[in-house]
Amino acid sequence: MALLRRPLLLLLIVTHQFLQLWIAFGSVNEEGQKQEEFYEELLLKPLPDRKVLTHFHFQSSAPPTSNGRHHHLFPKAISQLVQKFRVKEMELSFTQGRWNYESWGGFDSIPSSNAKPPGVELWAVFDVPQHLIDPLWKNLTHTLSGLFCASINFLESSTAYSAPEWSFPLASGSLRYGTLPREAVCTENITPWLKLLPCRDKAGISTLLDRPSIYRGFYHSQRLHLTSTGSGSEGMDLGIMLEQTLTVVLQPISQRASLVRDSEKHIQPSWSLSSIFGKQVSGKCVLAETSNVYLLLDRGLVAELKQLHKENEKSIENSLTSENFWTNPSFELSAKPDRIFIEECSLLSKNSSVLYKFEVEKYSEFEPFDLGITWKIPIVWLCQQAPLHASRFLTGSGNERGAIAISLKSTQTTEGFMGAHSNDERCELRVDVFQVVPWYVKVYFHSLQVFVDQQPKAVSDIIEKIHISPSKDKVSPGVMELVLKLPCSMSSTALTIEFDKGFLHIDEYPPDANQGFDIPSAIVSFPNFHASMVFLESDSLNKSPLLSKFQEWSHVMSYTEVLLVPLTTPDFSMPYNVITITCTVFALYFGSLLNALRRRVAEEERFLKDKSAKKTGQLPLLLSKLSAKLRGRRSEPPHSSPVSSSFINSKLVFKVILIAGLAVCWQYYFL
Amino acid sequence: MEKLKKKIRSFSFWNWVIASIIFRLILIYFPKNLNLCSRPEVSTPLTSFRRLAEGYWLKQSSMSPYAGSMYHGSPLLLSLLGPLTVKRIEGQPNHLLYSLVSVIADVVSAMLIRATGQNLQVAYFGTLKSLDLVKQIELSGLVPLAAFGWVIATHLSLYPAILIIPVHLSFVLAICDLLLGYGPDAPPRKLFLQRHQQKGLSSQSKLPPGFSWGSIIHFAFWALLWSVYVLVLCGISLKQFGGLWEMFKSTYGFILTVEDLSPNVGVLWYFFAEVFEFFRNFFLIVFHVNILFMILPLAIRLHHRPCYLAFVYVAICSMLKSYPSVGDSALYLALSLPSDMQFSLFLFCGYVGVSLLSPVMHNLWIWRGTGNANFYFATAMVYACLQIVLVVEGVSAMLNHDRKLRSLILDKPRDAKS
Repeated sequence: MALLRRPLLLLLIVTHQFLQLWIAFGSVNEEGQKQEEFYEELLLKPLPDRKVLTHFHFQSSAPPTSNGRHHHLFPKAISQLVQKFRVKEMELSFTQGRWNYESWGGFDSIPSSNAKPPGVELWAVFDVPQHLIDPLWKNLTHTLSGLFCASINFLESSTAYSAPEWSFPLASGSLRYGTLPREAVCTENITPWLKLLPCRDKAGISTLLDRPSIYRGFYHSQRLHLTSTGSGSEGMDLGIMLEQTLTVVLQPISQRASLVRDSEKHIQPSWSLSSIFGKQVSGKCVLAETSNVYLLLDRGLVAELKQLHKENEKSIENSLTSENFWTNPSFELSAKPDRIFIEECSLLSKNSSVLYKFEVEKYSEFEPFDLGITWKIPIVWLCQQAPLHASRFLTGSGNERGAIAISLKSTQTTEGFMGAHSNDERCELRVDVFQVVPWYVKVYFHSLQVFVDQQPKAVSDIIEKIHISPSKDKVSPGVMELVLKLPCSMSSTALTIEFDKGFLHIDEYPPDANQGFDIPSAIVSFPNFHASMVFLESDSLNKSPLLSKFQEWSHVMSYTEVLLVPLTTPDFSMPYNVITITCTVFALYFGSLLNALRRRVAEEERFLKDKSAKKTGQLPLLLSKLSAKLRGRRSEPPHSSPVSSSFINSKLVFKVILIAGLAVCWQYYFL
Repeated sequence: MEKLKKKIRSFSFWNWVIASIIFRLILIYFPKNLNLCSRPEVSTPLTSFRRLAEGYWLKQSSMSPYAGSMYHGSPLLLSLLGPLTVKRIEGQPNHLLYSLVSVIADVVSAMLIRATGQNLQVAYFGTLKSLDLVKQIELSGLVPLAAFGWVIATHLSLYPAILIIPVHLSFVLAICDLLLGYGPDAPPRKLFLQRHQQKGLSSQSKLPPGFSWGSIIHFAFWALLWSVYVLVLCGISLKQFGGLWEMFKSTYGFILTVEDLSPNVGVLWYFFAEVFEFFRNFFLIVFHVNILFMILPLAIRLHHRPCYLAFVYVAICSMLKSYPSVGDSALYLALSLPSDMQFSLFLFCGYVGVSLLSPVMHNLWIWRGTGNANFYFATAMVYACLQIVLVVEGVSAMLNHDRKLRSLILDKPRDAKS
């Protein structure tokens, strides 16, 4: 028996293996060359103010297929969402903290596409006719709210989202944009976000995502961007590209913090992956195509380093790019970079940034990857700023009215731009401003004023294009889109617009009403400036989605602060009192006026005279008793009384009967 | 001697006029925070000057003036007064031109009210003469003017619609209530122009009924004509935007549904800010029916005094309307008040007290944040009560007055007999 069983088992195993192989082979053939892919990357960048920027970038893509709903790597929830709501492009971001444009830079592609306003921001482009967009948006918000455990469903109400015309270059009309500035972002949002990754946070770079260290950071923004490609017709599924990024700014805890000497105070803190995240990377996620870690030294830092080198050892000019750069005199890397990329010189600055690439593939559990950087000499540099530094504030006091002011101040980048265009006399700087205001902030658009260098200017001189959709009470928010043409020589520009604060119904106030209401961030973008980093030897970069992302031309964008507008509150405990008091006053008005009209003084006098003459106080008493009885008992048939009281006062009796009849009718027919 | 007295009276009158005009001109130059154009007592969502400017701006940038929930007035006002909102004089406050126009309008309206009062006196003292005047007015075409006034007033603020009854009751009298509820600067903001004829002293109607029917039809014809005219004008000015339906929705709809809950001197704003959403429609109906409900009883009891009836209606409206301002009460206070009214000192003190307390409470609540909405609402409540007392006492005083007159007339023959 045993002898017979063995070959059978063997045969079974062989067939099974063959079958598996065949299936795999067949599926590859069926899908052609394209397959679902997943990339994981991490970018680290030291920031001038002793902090570290860590930028996780995960990208999964599903090619357009016709084989239905089966996915190997791609999250099924996302593909269903795209199929169902016909989403062409969508971006959802959860952010806590504010990106510090002044010290963390505002020009690179990291800040301009990953610095997001606090709270939740969602925009989506739909591939459907106009009239279907709003219902789809509403369904989408509910779905996302369920997917990410967030209150995105508040974006469903038409007061919360808007349809910008041309602030987003993608598609006008079919785009919807909404923000929730007060959404608290926490681990409950990152867990579903991680669930979309094929390895979750169990393997690969995502193991670094240690919740306490992420949420301890100064800024973190978790973003989900998806693009669907290909036409959705002919039963073909859409090709979807899902890009998930997590940008965290952390303060590394310096190991030598306790024994800092004065000379060492300016030295940048040395850090390593294990010191900032408390974890190490032990190999890549096996499902990922590539798994790389990059260290980016930005232009300012490289320029500063070069200068130091020139001072120290003039012989080695090109030491930054040399192979043994990772042990240079100013800092030391704990791991040897696999490749070094140098940025192509751009027009705006002569310096170029340097990128070190580390492949996680080479490391394993026994030899975990732990990139560290140790600074040897103090160094101070500046990040490249956005062309104009945008900030926004409220003016005015009291709870009746105020004004929103957006101020734009020139930075060193503008000066560079100016220098480039100095021979051009009519040099103009284009700035797009997109601002959404909730309906309870009632903006007077006619009060828009522009100040250039503190001098009031005619609005038509500066504003080239303006698009406004005024807010409708309890229906839609106000949207303002401006295209400004600023002279290059200006150093500051301010836009002010006045508003009245609205008064809401008590149900419309949020739980903590006295905290105030948030006005979402304004988006200030600079179409003349493009944030892109093109690295030399880019042929090998095609495989890296992060670096190809860097190479894309995107507008430099910055978000302004969220404004907190305190609104007056009614007394929330008073509804009953207010209702009763007001109704009493109305009853007073009605009753007393009717009484004044009804009263007949002469008749009353005559009546009194008669009464005193007859001295029979019985009759009116009886009458009033009877009428009270009649009013008390509505069920009494109206025809029963006339006989008994016909001799008293036929007119009065008729009135009584009329009222009783009306009451009976009312009782039976209306109640 | 009599002439001299008259001269002195008219002289002092002109003194008053000049003093008040100077006062208005001083008010224009008040700083912005104290400027009356932003006071909740004076400017309501319907009459706010800034909202008019916003509507005009929207219209100039080829958008419907009703696109936002800002402007709720007539489209005709935009083309009449809109240009004033943008015209500036160098070195002067922005609202100067507009304020001057409103000062002129107020002076004209004051003059017209005075002329009305004088006519009323003439009519009061000479019954026969007034009958001649009736015919004269009839011939001079005041009916169309009355119809025009009524249509425009209704178009601008809806509530004067109920004045149709006094207008009709008084047969020929033409009530031109140009209730132009506009203007930023001064409390008496209403232009009230009233031409009327009061018919005799006593209650019994002397005029033949056929005459009245003719004039009613005459009036109805003219009213129809004017309203069609106004609607056509509105339609033309709103042609490229939402059309007339949008206008009705954002003017009359806005008035009737009390959408704006910003504080004013009335009581409805706080009521509708606090009332449960479920009962909102019910209370909207109740409060508006309260105005309508009193029309008929008042008309029955005061049918012989159309002018006074109009006064009572105006007072009731200014008390119960959705966005009242002190301008409304200024209008009815400028009209006739019976001299033998009770509590007049109490009422006067009450009005003074409320007008002093209400800005203080508003300041405490809105600007300082130390007060509470209830403080301001309490003053509004007191103000409403004062108005109620005024209306009720006014009506009963007038009824008593008539009663006395009747008893005098009835008693005279009796005395003669005895």
